[in-house]
Amino acid sequence: MLRLNKLVKTYKTGDQALKSIDLEVPKGQVLALIGPSGAGKSTLIRCINRLVEPTGGSILLDDVDLSKLGSGALRKARREMGMIFQEYALVERLTVMENVLSGRLGYVGFWRSFLRKYPQPDVDEAFRLLDRVGLLHMADKRADELSGGQRQRVGICRALIQNPKLLLVDEPTASLDPKTSRQIMRLITELCQERGLAAIINIHDVALAQMFVPRVVGLRFGEIVYDGLPTGLTSDKLTEIYGEEDWEATIAKVDEEDEIEAAE
Amino acid sequence: MPVLEDVNGVREWRRRTTGQSLIRWFGWLIGVAVFVVCWQRISDSTTWFFVWDAPRIAEDIWTRATPPRWEYITQLGRPIWDTFNIATLGTIIALFLAVPVAFLAARNTTPSALFVRPVALLIIVATRSINSLIWALLLIAIIGPGVFAGVVAIAIRSIGFCAKLLYEAIEEIDAAQVEAITATGASRWQVMAYGIVPQIMPAFAGIAVFRWDINIRESTVLGLVGAGGIGLQLSASLNVLAWPQVSLILIVILVAVVLGEWVSAKVRGAII
Repeated sequence: MLRLNKLVKTYKTGDQALKSIDLEVPKGQVLALIGPSGAGKSTLIRCINRLVEPTGGSILLDDVDLSKLGSGALRKARREMGMIFQEYALVERLTVMENVLSGRLGYVGFWRSFLRKYPQPDVDEAFRLLDRVGLLHMADKRADELSGGQRQRVGICRALIQNPKLLLVDEPTASLDPKTSRQIMRLITELCQERGLAAIINIHDVALAQMFVPRVVGLRFGEIVYDGLPTGLTSDKLTEIYGEEDWEATIAKVDEEDEIEAAE
Repeated sequence: MPVLEDVNGVREWRRRTTGQSLIRWFGWLIGVAVFVVCWQRISDSTTWFFVWDAPRIAEDIWTRATPPRWEYITQLGRPIWDTFNIATLGTIIALFLAVPVAFLAARNTTPSALFVRPVALLIIVATRSINSLIWALLLIAIIGPGVFAGVVAIAIRSIGFCAKLLYEAIEEIDAAQVEAITATGASRWQVMAYGIVPQIMPAFAGIAVFRWDINIRESTVLGLVGAGGIGLQLSASLNVLAWPQVSLILIVILVAVVLGEWVSAKVRGAII
């Protein structure tokens, strides 16, 4: 469904953030993108919806090359891709409901959105989504009154109300505590399953990624160095992605669970 | 920060080396010398007779000015109302003009940093650098004396101030929120209405009230050059040496300014 061909991004400073990335994401697949800081994870995600302009290569979403679209067509294409951010990126001074409905901006004209006169089906869907993530009672609160986990749920609603085919998720748990992190990852993967959505999740918590996704892609210095099952991430592989370090503590859990299962 | 070692091998630390200390002492010496020379020159060109005379004259004016001519207040209602209107209308017009200028001047919203931004910055600098009294003098020559000239003078003078503070607020917004709205497929204007405007609203309200407060003070003197408001009465009274009227006008201005400041403090407190 999504295919990246030889995607290249070189920043003005000369830094090559992405060196010829080839990646294919089939419909409904959730994959985790791991790698050290500066490996190009954020750049990769932002090149797909062109918040960052790629330097070369093509991005095919259902056979439409996103890298060649003009601004009007790009806006239409962006509606198909929901994005979730690390620091939630909610508009702090707007209410939860306004934040969720802002996901419909691509479908609604300027004056309707300015006067907050959204079509009733959109409003119904917003309430349904808020109910699904357990925040219905917060609909009228201002976004900056919510806790981190609650904000991220609103962020998820904003992405889903776009009715996207693909979710681009940038470090969804980096600002959250371990328990909330798991809840958010579980929510994202569940919602993707319910709706048959594909997702690319940037994440630097390897153990968390292993827990929730069926496919992991490792990025290092703008190149894909690993693409496979989460269980295939051995010490050697992690060293290849991140560099020399003692990885036993990170992957021990998976191994232990396997061993226990084997013992039983 | 030099670390010196003396003959006994004890390491000594001082803030400055001897050379640095000497240079600083020399600098102070020159500063004091310049001050003394300047003092001398000013003193030479001062007619000291007038200065020694000052307390007596001040006392003389004080006795003439007190008590204020309270019954004159009946003629001041209209001018002080004009003054308030000049300040308020001028501020409103300035804000309307300042908003687009600010968006054109802010680095993150300007359509072209190379061509449009310098023009916007030039507008800001040009309107800000000329005092409203001088704008009023110019405008009276162009559109004739009266309240309207005062309103336009205040408006022009305020554009630069408001636009500068506003564009700094725009440059400081959280880019992630703008990015998030852009990523939904929103149009340029929708990004502005949803991603940028909510973030700058508190700054905007604060700037508006602050400038209104300043403008009340500025508009009280505009009448001195004939641009309407209470300054007209002040200038007329000064011309005929009607000191009791002057003192009453000064009291009225003081009350008006305090009132304006009180309102602006209340409003800003409510916003922030």
